[in-house]
Amino acid sequence: MAYLKGKNLVAAYGVVPILHECSVEVEKGELAVIVGPNGAGKSTVMRVLLGMLEPTSGSVTLDGNDISMLSTQDRIAQGLAFVPQTKNVFPSMTVEENLQMGGFIREDDISKTIEEVYELFPILYEKRKQLAEELSGGQRQQVAFGRAMMTRPSVMLLDEPTAGVSPIVMDEIFSNILDVRNAGMAVLMVEQNAQQALNIADKGFVLVSGRNEHTGTGKELIKDREVRKKFLGG
Amino acid sequence: MNNITAIWEANKAIASFAIMGLILLFVGMNQSWALALGIFNMSLISAIMALGVNIQWGYAGLFNVGIMGFAALGGVSVVLIAQQPVTEAIDVGGMKMFLSLIIGAVTVITGVVLNRRGVNKWLTASVVIIGYLITRYYFSEAAELIEKVDPAITGYLGGFGIPVAFSWIVGGLAAAGAAWWIGKITLGLRTDYLAIATLGISEIILYVIKNEDWFVRGLKNVYGLPRPVPYEVDMQQSEWFQNIIAWLHKSELQLLTQSEQIDQLGDYVREAAVVFVKLCYSGLFIAILGAFIILSNLALNSPWGRKVRAIRDNEVAASAMGKNIKRQHLQIFVIGSAIVGVAGALLVTYDGIFIPTAYQPLRFTFLIWVMVILGGSGNNLGSVLGAFIIWFIWIQAGPMGLWVVEMLGNNMQEGSAFLEFIEDRVHYLRLVFMGTILLLIMRFSPGGILPEKNKEL
Amino acid sequence: MSDSIDIINAFALLTNFVILPALSYGSQLALGALAVTLVYSILRFSNFAQGDSMAFGTMLVILISGYMISKGWTITGFPTAILAIPLALVGMSIYLLLMDRLVYRHYRGIKIKQSIVGITASIGVMFITGGIVRFFLGASAQRFGDGERFIFSVREFKAFTGLQQGIALKTSQFLTITLAILLVAFLFYFLQKTKTGKAMRAYSDNKELALLSGIDPDKVVRITWLLVALFTTIAGTLYGLDKGFAPQQYHLLLLPIFASVIVGGIGSPIGAIAGAFLVAFSEIFLTYAYKKFLIYLLPLSMHPNSLVQLIGTEYKYAISFVILIIVLLIKPTGLFKGKVIVDE
Repeated sequence: MAYLKGKNLVAAYGVVPILHECSVEVEKGELAVIVGPNGAGKSTVMRVLLGMLEPTSGSVTLDGNDISMLSTQDRIAQGLAFVPQTKNVFPSMTVEENLQMGGFIREDDISKTIEEVYELFPILYEKRKQLAEELSGGQRQQVAFGRAMMTRPSVMLLDEPTAGVSPIVMDEIFSNILDVRNAGMAVLMVEQNAQQALNIADKGFVLVSGRNEHTGTGKELIKDREVRKKFLGG
Repeated sequence: MNNITAIWEANKAIASFAIMGLILLFVGMNQSWALALGIFNMSLISAIMALGVNIQWGYAGLFNVGIMGFAALGGVSVVLIAQQPVTEAIDVGGMKMFLSLIIGAVTVITGVVLNRRGVNKWLTASVVIIGYLITRYYFSEAAELIEKVDPAITGYLGGFGIPVAFSWIVGGLAAAGAAWWIGKITLGLRTDYLAIATLGISEIILYVIKNEDWFVRGLKNVYGLPRPVPYEVDMQQSEWFQNIIAWLHKSELQLLTQSEQIDQLGDYVREAAVVFVKLCYSGLFIAILGAFIILSNLALNSPWGRKVRAIRDNEVAASAMGKNIKRQHLQIFVIGSAIVGVAGALLVTYDGIFIPTAYQPLRFTFLIWVMVILGGSGNNLGSVLGAFIIWFIWIQAGPMGLWVVEMLGNNMQEGSAFLEFIEDRVHYLRLVFMGTILLLIMRFSPGGILPEKNKEL
Repeated sequence: MSDSIDIINAFALLTNFVILPALSYGSQLALGALAVTLVYSILRFSNFAQGDSMAFGTMLVILISGYMISKGWTITGFPTAILAIPLALVGMSIYLLLMDRLVYRHYRGIKIKQSIVGITASIGVMFITGGIVRFFLGASAQRFGDGERFIFSVREFKAFTGLQQGIALKTSQFLTITLAILLVAFLFYFLQKTKTGKAMRAYSDNKELALLSGIDPDKVVRITWLLVALFTTIAGTLYGLDKGFAPQQYHLLLLPIFASVIVGGIGSPIGAIAGAFLVAFSEIFLTYAYKKFLIYLLPLSMHPNSLVQLIGTEYKYAISFVILIIVLLIKPTGLFKGKVIVDE
């Protein structure tokens, strides 16, 4: 049984069906990527996993426990963390305050977790007194990851972390993501840059029109002729 | 039961207007025809104002909190157009006033030009300040001279002495000008900025009117404005009118003696003259209101109107289609304000006096708002209906409130301090009442009584 | 009057008639502007009911302090109105929370342009509030200050310094400035240092992310209204102690308050304070008659014979509006970069 698993998810926005029996899963210490064309329902999967959208049918389990009925906030308390695609920091707050806000629901001492984030992203320690809006795109993404890690989650959900950034920053962000994975978390991300994402991913899900089209390890998918032709541009 | 609801839904507009008409008839028969017609006429003027606001709010979501300011501009133009010029005042101070205003205008233009050219800020500032001081020097001298001319009666420059009907157009133009200026600055920024700026401009217009005596006599008011309809006294004395009234009351009069007949006829004629004059106004206002409704409906169905609706229904999509929203909004804002200006001119024409303190900005601005929202924002007929209902409530709420208090007071000692206190203050509860109506409609029936189809607030 | 140049007396004059009044007026505006900024930052609309809310808070203070005076619960020399503030604050908080529950809360839950619906609703609340205040206190002006009028009077000042021109420090001015400093310090401490305050800033910055971080929106809104009650009640009371209470006057305070907020940069607390002082000083500097001041400074031959007043006092509200327009033309984000200048 995978650590986080969304099984046979069916979901719709109003009367418009988006997901048809779609399944994704990720283990601890593993990076899974969801790729696919626009409108395939990639972000919707994420919303369903987080409880921001109620599925028509299907289930979400975390470490074997069904969390389908929990609210977003409760799922976060259970160990899920989410980094939205845009607007993922508090721009007019300092780096340190961003991290503190990430740990808002925690009653215990959060200073140790902040230390851990700084160890993972040393640049944030240097900039801890600066406002998030003053940081570069890549640094801001680190703040976003750091904020999400403050609840000491076991699963990180990332929505298109590299959307609209330059190739150099993209590499930086991917390396950050690998750091997060290596810290022992399960990482599930939605990506537009399929080629690069699959390159580093342990597992990949190719979604088309809300259905699982291909599933496999990152390497397998990249080698798959059909996947290459359809989604990776040759 | 379902049937009745369906019929009601289909004929809601007609039915609502019919009910309102019956209520006014009831007032006419039970209280007095003059009162009923008074409410009717004020409702018509309010309806024109509400129409202007509806165009801004209902068509484009533009927030105008300065309705009274624009209405006051209309009122001012009645004075400036229809009153006779005060030649003596013009002789002593007219030239100087003109000069000071010219200098003022030149200063402003120079300041703007220098600023645009990027000339040193301090230089620009000093030019503007010096210009301002010169203007102010001439201005205060001229104002003083003008205000000294027979202050009890005139003390101002007077107007142009042109038929009052022209002032309605001028009033519309003046309001349109102010709206253009405000809109140019604030449209395209946050919605609240327009609201705040209109609030500000209307306050300033009213301050100027109240304080510049040389202009429209300030707090001394302007009396005896010319009318577009006959005077009651003239009607009473014209023979044909007396004859018609005598004929109308033939049966009652026949029963009386000769001298009683003359007395009774006199009473009838006096009463009828008041009603007749009010009816003349009603006709005039109905014609103007009707013209505005027809014009705005025509405009809404023109290509221009389709664009307006496209923007209203989906601003983002319209913007993506390359429609210039800011320009469109500016046009609508100017048109709406112009209509409010016309209504303001009609209001003063109807009153026959210009009283600056009557423009209680937020109170009456707000009444118009409630009219638009109650009637159904975006729907012209709705605004008219809203105007009738709200004005009726506004007028009758005072007496009704007092009546309730008196009923309650029957159990109390006559002249008790508590009763006196309530009687003194009860009319303020109208504000609370109106505020509550607004909030209730917003919450439970955001479309109003006659909702505009395919429109969300 | 001496015909020599007398700089010290000139500035004593200016301090008494311009600087002190502007400082206290600016402080009152600043407190009101902070309340508007708080509502704007958290609830995303411009609160048109602010002026009338200040009147409501002041009304509570007047009623409570009247009762206290009638019972003799006073401290000699100290304005009873100040003693009445804590209780009035409770009433004001209840009123604002009630209005939020009955009016504003509904709209937060639905997808709608918050700025538009917020203005409309706040105008409704404005009328209800204004109506209630006028019902209980009437529409005419009244004074409610008791206790010592002055910390030191013109006479005492003259005797102490030997200057020809005296300076008086009114109790209301002293209280205004002191309380304003305390309140602003408290607000900044609260927003910068406490967990709840930071949560408010986070919510204002990025609502979605704040929810994802587990911040309770209802609590944030509640705390906001409590702070608004605090600032509104105190600002209203201080303004009333200084200039007397009249509902219409309070209602019109909306204009300089909005001007302060926009000039400073909407949503920025520091901006609101800076804007308030800018508006207050402009209003008083421009409407002050400089005749006497110049007589002190200029040789006899150059003494002015007019009042030397830049703008008539009756136009003081126009000044805030003109400042507002200039800022909108030149820098719509305000002096301190505000939140947004176009709708979200």
